[in-house]
Amino acid sequence: MSKDNQILEDLNSKEYEHGWSVNFETDEAPIGLNEDIIRWISTKKEEPHWLLDWRLKAFKIWQGMTEPAWANVNYPKMDLQALRYYSAPKQSNKPKNINEVDPELIAIYERLGISLNEQKRLQGIAIDVVLDSVSVATTFKETLGKLGIVFCSFSEAVKEHPELVKKYLGSVVPMTDNYYAALNAAVFSDGSFCYIPKGVRCPMELSTYFRINAANTGQFERTLIVADDSSYVSYLEGCTAPQRDENQLHAAVVEIFAGAHAEVKYSTVQNWYPGDKEGKGGIYNFVTKRGICAGDHSKISWTQVETGSAVTWKYPSCILKGDHSIGEFYSVAVTNNYQQADTGTKMIHIGKNTKSRIVSKGISAGKSQNSYRGQVQVMKRAQNARNFSQCDSLLMGNQCGAHTFPYIDIANPSAKVEHEATTSKIGEDQIFYCNQRGIATEDAVALIVNGYAKEVLNQLPMEFAVEAQKLLALTLEGSVG
Amino acid sequence: MLSIKNLHASIEGTPILRGINLEVKAGEVHAIMGPNGSGKSTLASVLAGREEYEVTEGEVFFQGKELLELSPEDRAREGVFLAFQYPIEIPGVSTTNFLRTALNQVREYRGLEPLDAVKFLSLMKEKMALVEIDQKLLSRSLNEGFSGGEKKRNEIFQMAMLEPVLSILDETDSGLDIDALRIVSNGVNKLKSKKSATIVVTHYQRLLDYIVPDFVHVLYKGRIVKSGTKELALELEEKGYDWIKEEVDSTATV
Repeated sequence: MSKDNQILEDLNSKEYEHGWSVNFETDEAPIGLNEDIIRWISTKKEEPHWLLDWRLKAFKIWQGMTEPAWANVNYPKMDLQALRYYSAPKQSNKPKNINEVDPELIAIYERLGISLNEQKRLQGIAIDVVLDSVSVATTFKETLGKLGIVFCSFSEAVKEHPELVKKYLGSVVPMTDNYYAALNAAVFSDGSFCYIPKGVRCPMELSTYFRINAANTGQFERTLIVADDSSYVSYLEGCTAPQRDENQLHAAVVEIFAGAHAEVKYSTVQNWYPGDKEGKGGIYNFVTKRGICAGDHSKISWTQVETGSAVTWKYPSCILKGDHSIGEFYSVAVTNNYQQADTGTKMIHIGKNTKSRIVSKGISAGKSQNSYRGQVQVMKRAQNARNFSQCDSLLMGNQCGAHTFPYIDIANPSAKVEHEATTSKIGEDQIFYCNQRGIATEDAVALIVNGYAKEVLNQLPMEFAVEAQKLLALTLEGSVG
Repeated sequence: MLSIKNLHASIEGTPILRGINLEVKAGEVHAIMGPNGSGKSTLASVLAGREEYEVTEGEVFFQGKELLELSPEDRAREGVFLAFQYPIEIPGVSTTNFLRTALNQVREYRGLEPLDAVKFLSLMKEKMALVEIDQKLLSRSLNEGFSGGEKKRNEIFQMAMLEPVLSILDETDSGLDIDALRIVSNGVNKLKSKKSATIVVTHYQRLLDYIVPDFVHVLYKGRIVKSGTKELALELEEKGYDWIKEEVDSTATV
């Protein structure tokens, strides 16, 4: 056992690899949060009046709210007045297309392994990149435009497609929803917007890549995806941040709207800076993600691989309003060292014959705490609703914790709800078996963990799945127990 | 090839092996027999490098190297293979994927290029025939939901793929019906070569009808108390272990 303990102590031999930051000229809002700051942001972004009013209304609501404390996480409260709510790289002129983007910015993303050069990209992925508070580039815009697909930064959407933004903004996650959603509504700076017209199958993966660069800056982006009737889109989200001693706040909102027979697949590989071995620094990831299956036979599928952040508080949910609509949630959440994750989903069955499926795989190592929190709600009208939930926890070592909080709320007797949960430990037997075949311990852990998470990883688009596998191995490096 | 000298090992302070001496040469098959609790499986585990066992005395040389100094994975890469008595389940990992990882790590250690998917598959097809194993089984999660026979067959298949120098079969016959026993033994026999050696750990003589040993050793109370040829195994089959126990215990008390 002594050797195991030693390996346990030896946690995290590999450091966070995206922990660097770059100095460049920025446009910044003054530190602090008040109405003037909100006006400042709105002016900076040359926003229409209705949007400023919307923000100010959200701010008023937020002022009357208190930070939620029900999640199974512990962290020192953040001083929200000490944050900066807007930071953007200075670009002399707004770039019209990718070729006009500051090469220095492009270089940042190259360093993260994301090429913004359309020709260089082998895979058909259109990408919108968000650095601190603003979207800096969107690729493949013209190709998509020919199909009538709108894929651009949120700010651009406000200018070019105000009718769409006005119609859907806040329709899935209202500003009154929760503390962080209200804060986001008041101060959000940018994000991605996507509209898939009726009957169009988006030919490539759409992707947003978020990066926090500036210090003492919160990132509050908003993503809005609208899939009109009978359309299909697969959307990817990736994120990293520099290594900093202080905690940084990331409070995003994602809204998805799916019309009749539409399908949206939303995949996230979250790799925010998790803090150091002693639990210092790291991102607070307080995110509200929700989709509505508004039309009959629509489908929304969330897949997330959560490896980063110091504290995660995130429940991608589905409102199954349309009859025969389907909601899915596939999640792998890994915590190591002092990371804390409280994540899960909500499936709200409103329509008839609606189905939902939840597959959650938690992996805890080090001194981390990993909680699954999920709600399955079947409303009175939801005849023949079906839910299947599977929540598995994998423990590595004996200093970490795994918790499961399922909430089931049924108002229609025809509902069929199944819940399965397991907890297991990576066995010394399993590792020895691998060793005996010539596989090194680190690789054995990666193999076992990837096997455990396979059902979820299989949901990711191919190139993302490979990345996610590597990320899992990296996050757990040296944490055998 | 393998030279065990005065090997002592204990688990949580309790001595199990109390001075094992054994020489195994290339091309030989040795059977280790003995009553329950005599230390047979412990010997197999210590050779493979299981951590729970503490070696308190003695040396083991394997092809000139000090085996006990090597990590379990390096022992495997040097060519030591243990067919487990109770093969371990790894959910979500197929035998194919598992073996490809293993084989390529072994190859890397030996300074060989990794096998690409095509070459790996053709090697697999070749070895599958040896142990009459179905490809469907190989794409399922490793050992998960396998029958006893399937697990053992899978062990021998892995052995065929990794082409070990020294194979240790730990109670490979336990839980096998007669047909499975024949298939598994045939596989082992086909894999025998002049350059490799096999140690068969078993409680019953039955397996030795199929895998014929050159030498038979009886382990009792952590020592090899009798060695002979396959006739010894037949004698044990007929008379049981009690006469040996008596022989040893009486000399010990005298």
